[in-house]
Order: sequence, then C-alpha cells, then structure tokens
Amino acid sequence: MYSYSNFDSDFVHSRVKEFRGQVERRLDGSLTEDEFKPLRLMNGLYLQLHAYMLRVAVPYGTLNGRQMRQLAHIADTWDKGYGHFTTRQNIQFNWPKLQDVPDILEALADVGMHAIQTSGNCIRNVTSDHYAGAAADEIEDPRPTAELIRQWSTDHPEFAYLPRKFKVAVTGSPNDRAVTKAHDIGLRMVRNDAGEPGYEVVIGGGLGRTPMVGKVVRDFLPKADLLAYLEAILQVYNLSGRRDNKYKARIKILVHETGLEELRARIEDTFARQCRLLPDVDPATLARIEAAFAAPDWDSRPAPQAPVVEAGLRSFIDTNVTAHKRPEYAIVSVSIKPIGGTPGDATSAQMRTLADLAERYSHDELRISHEQNVILPHVHRADLAAVYAELRAAGLATANIGLVSDIIACPGMDYCALATARSIPIAQQISEAFADLDAQRDIGPLKIKISGCINACGHHHVGHIGILGLDRAGVENYQITLGGDGTETTTIGTRTGPGFAYDEIVPAVQRLIEAYLDIRETAEETFLQTYRRVGLDPFKAALYEAEDAARAA
Amino acid sequence: MARKFLPQVATANDLYEGDVIYFTPQGGWTRDLSDAAVAHDPEAAEALLKAASAFPLQVVGVYLADVEVVDGRPAPVHFREVFRTRGPSNYFHGKQAEEA
Repeated sequence: MYSYSNFDSDFVHSRVKEFRGQVERRLDGSLTEDEFKPLRLMNGLYLQLHAYMLRVAVPYGTLNGRQMRQLAHIADTWDKGYGHFTTRQNIQFNWPKLQDVPDILEALADVGMHAIQTSGNCIRNVTSDHYAGAAADEIEDPRPTAELIRQWSTDHPEFAYLPRKFKVAVTGSPNDRAVTKAHDIGLRMVRNDAGEPGYEVVIGGGLGRTPMVGKVVRDFLPKADLLAYLEAILQVYNLSGRRDNKYKARIKILVHETGLEELRARIEDTFARQCRLLPDVDPATLARIEAAFAAPDWDSRPAPQAPVVEAGLRSFIDTNVTAHKRPEYAIVSVSIKPIGGTPGDATSAQMRTLADLAERYSHDELRISHEQNVILPHVHRADLAAVYAELRAAGLATANIGLVSDIIACPGMDYCALATARSIPIAQQISEAFADLDAQRDIGPLKIKISGCINACGHHHVGHIGILGLDRAGVENYQITLGGDGTETTTIGTRTGPGFAYDEIVPAVQRLIEAYLDIRETAEETFLQTYRRVGLDPFKAALYEAEDAARAA
Repeated sequence: MARKFLPQVATANDLYEGDVIYFTPQGGWTRDLSDAAVAHDPEAAEALLKAASAFPLQVVGVYLADVEVVDGRPAPVHFREVFRTRGPSNYFHGKQAEEA
C-alpha cells in the first residue's frame, strides 16, 4: 500500500508542530475560541456533547497493521480504550483532552496518518470501495486515483474555503459499494470503446437535508485528464456555489438550481479554456502511486478442496466472506456489529487482533468500510478456519454482514453536538430484537441505516429501512423511510408517514419485517425486491393500522 | 404569544476536558447541575449569561439552558440536557461514571 514519502511525512509532522503551538496559544489566552475553533477543526478536533472528539482520516479506508496498532495505542493512552469507525471510513476518538491532542497527532504522524481535512469547507478525505484491490468485479484498483486526489487536494490553496464541505468517492467496480452517487463528486472507473480505462464522472449527489442522487456530468473522462477536470468542477463550484445560506451551499443545490446541462457547459468550458493548460496527470507520479498499490506477492498454495463441515465456520463463510479476484483467496468482512453492541466501536484489544490478523493472514492490509466494518482483503482460503477461530476468540466473528443487525448508525445524541435524537441505542435494540442469526439469515439481505439528525451521517435515505431521529416538541421521534438503495441503482427512500416515539420505533421495525416475511413471494425475494414489487402501502398498513386500531379502541 | 419563562442555568464545556459544566452562585464552575446558579426571570438570566461569559480561559460555548426546580435544586427539562448531566447511553462513561 501507499506509504508516505519524506515530503508527506515532513508535511504532517510540520502540521502537528503548528497545531501544538496553536493549542498553547489558546490555553495561554493569545487565541480566543473564535480564532481557535477553525484551526482545531482543520485538524479534525470537534467539541461535542460531553467531550472533545478527534476525527482521524483513514484515506480511502486503507490501513496496515502498524497503523491499526497505533490507533489501539492512542485509544489506550489518551482515550477510553476504544475507537469508533464511521460511515466516512474514518475513526473517531470520543474522549481526548485538548492538551493531549498534539501528542495524539504526533503519534498518528509517526505512522503516516493525520486528521487534516476531516472537517471544514474543504475537500474531505476521499472514500472508496472497501474491497478495493481485492474485488473480483473490479476494472482497476480505485485507490491510486483516490491517493492522487488526496495529494492534489491536501492544502490546495484555491479550495481551502469552498462554499461548503466537499466529498469525493471513487469506485473501480460496476457494483458500487462506495455510494458514489451520494457524493459531491463520484468517480466510477469504466472502459471506453477502445478498452481504455477512464472515469464516469457524477456530480451533485448528497444526503442530508436535501437528498439528491448524483448526475452524470461526463460519460468518459480519460485518466490523464482527471485532475484538470476536477479543477474545472471545483472552480465552477467555488465561484457559483451559494454562500448566502449554508443549507443551500453544497454543489447538489448548484446542480439543481442551475440545471445539469448549463452546469456541464460551464464545467466543460472552464476545462477547455483554463484547465487544459494544466499539465496532464504526471505519468511518473501516477506510476509511482500505482506501484505503491501493486498486488501483494500472492501465496502459491492452492485453495483447499475439502468442503467446510464446521457449522459456525460455514455460516461465517456464507455471510462474511466475499469472492476475491484470485479464486484461492477470499475477502473477509469482520463485523463490528456484535449483537447489542455499538455499530463501529472496536476496543483496543480488538484493534490489535485485527492488526495481527492483517499481518499474518492478509498481506498486512486492512480496510474500513463505510458500513462501519473492518475488512481483511486478502485472506488465503486455506487460512479461513484459522482466521475465523481467532476472530471468534476476540469477539469479532459475528456472522451478520448485510443482515438486519449489520446496522449503520451515526453517533447521534449520545455524542454528537448536532444530533436531535439518539441513534446508537435504537441500533442496539433492533440488533437485540433480531439476535438469532438463523432468523436473520431467513430475513435475508437488509440494510437498516440510522441517523440522529437531518444531516444524515447514518445514510438513512439510502437504507432499505431508514430511520431518522428528530426532536419533536422536546421528545425524541423517529421517522421511517423505505426503499432506499446506496448501490449503483441509488434511490432515496420514501417516508412512510408520522414518526414513532423512542419506545415505539423498534416494535415498528419489527412489524415492517413481519409484513415483509408475510408478503414476500419466495424466501429468495429480498426486502428491497419485495418493497419494489408491492410499494409502500402494505408496509404502511403494518406500521400504522395496529396503532390506529389501538387508538380507536 | 411569548413563551412562558422557565428558570435557566448557564452551562458550557470545560476548555481542557470538554466536560459539561455549570455556573455557580459563587461565580465559579461546577460539574454538577444541582449546584448551578438558577435565574428565575429574563433579566437575571441575562445577567447570569454575562457573568458566565467572562471565563474564556476556562470554558467554551456558554449558553442558557431551561431547568425546573425540584426540591430547591435545578433539574434538566429537555432530553439533550438530561443526557448532558449523565453521559452517553451505550457505555457507563462521562458524568455517570465519575459520580459512581
């Protein structure tokens, strides 16, 4: 994987030094909070409900064992022994003290990590497919592209004060696992008629208050034109994006208000006039980056032929193991969603287990998924039993990937200062309600996504079942949306109707799932397929009729 | 119609630790809401906010929060303020752990 050059390393260390000075000046009174706040945010440090929170970038979700071990060390030394993996493939520490943060950043810099551009109106950490470099359906590894964008966007002087934050996602596969159509820019690797790889460029996607599915602005962009074209999009957005209202400042609103055709014309014009003058992506730079993502030295052992007989391992392979581009290898998804646990929270001991397994069994590679799980991308099939046994011993073998208890949840009002309601306990209670894994397998693939406010960090709009927590007259209230989809067929879910109280939302979800089990045509018809076949009405009936009847009685 | 005035306290986060804190009748800061100074009318609330805002080297983000007075002590009204007196619901961390 990519490792920092001296340039990268000097840069992050010098940023730590700068921030150390800024913290000192805040504590001695030379800087006011108003002056300090944007500086700490530029380094990923938020002040939340009960404490500070440090958001650390995991670029395109890729980590090695040493880096994961350092995260465990940070959790033990300066936090409460755990970290929270987020829907942006980042990790957040919930309890750092202000005066310790420079030391934490120093520890991160020592392993080529940082918290830069994890906040503020800049180009944020670039996200990617969590199966990148391993997926069987991949055209090309998207991470060299993501790394190129990281290098281009880091401290880019022109784009440090955009109208609003800006998120880019890249996928190398036709099966979109990176929710690219819900990003400001989504890049999907494609091939043109001549068979050359390039990008389909999507702009104006986003969730939040005004959810929108991104639109294709360019069908095929040659790889060499990437940075020039991104510059053109960003220039147009930087000049024309609204700055009068932060709720209308994202590029999705510009696309919506200007119209795709007009905006495409402006982008293409800017690209042709100005950005064409920029040099192409330097082939030597790109070659250096691509070399850093070269495939590992594959293990030459053949795949085992004997069928797996042990039931626990068999279910684990059924749910948590995905086809690798090499048949003798497998991608192992480690669920960070134990039954009743907090989605995305890993203890320092679990992080060390993951680091260890990565080093011994996955060519020293790990990925963080936007679904808040951890991936061992390159596990030889002959090692699956050993990996499973060690995961089980560490409490990391829950065989629920893609099932009802594999829930995305934002931190919600248990931590976040912006939240309007809690998310985590709702996820925990749903997980408990469907604790039985056999029953979960019978229900089949189902994505439940929970956000604790309208900003939609929990991606509720693209959940098959989405839950949005709101404050209704001083009481927590949860709205349900159905039929959302975050893949290549991105769809924004439809609201079912009035929301449910904190103690009513889990029974409501249970009624939805019971209704699905009643009306599905076969056991193979998934929740989403059933919803698409029958529409909202039968689910609305399940949600509200019992309630109405109770009220009438 | 103007909203009925509820008693208020001045609250903020500690600059160093980020912990939730409340302004006291003695002009200092406490981690315990029940020891907070309570304003019973809008003028007193304004004065309380002003007094609490004079500690830029100790606190961040001072604001007034509604409370009800129970047995002579302030108690939170809104659920967000209830959580702030306690800590997160998924782990026994934050204030609830410090009190134990």
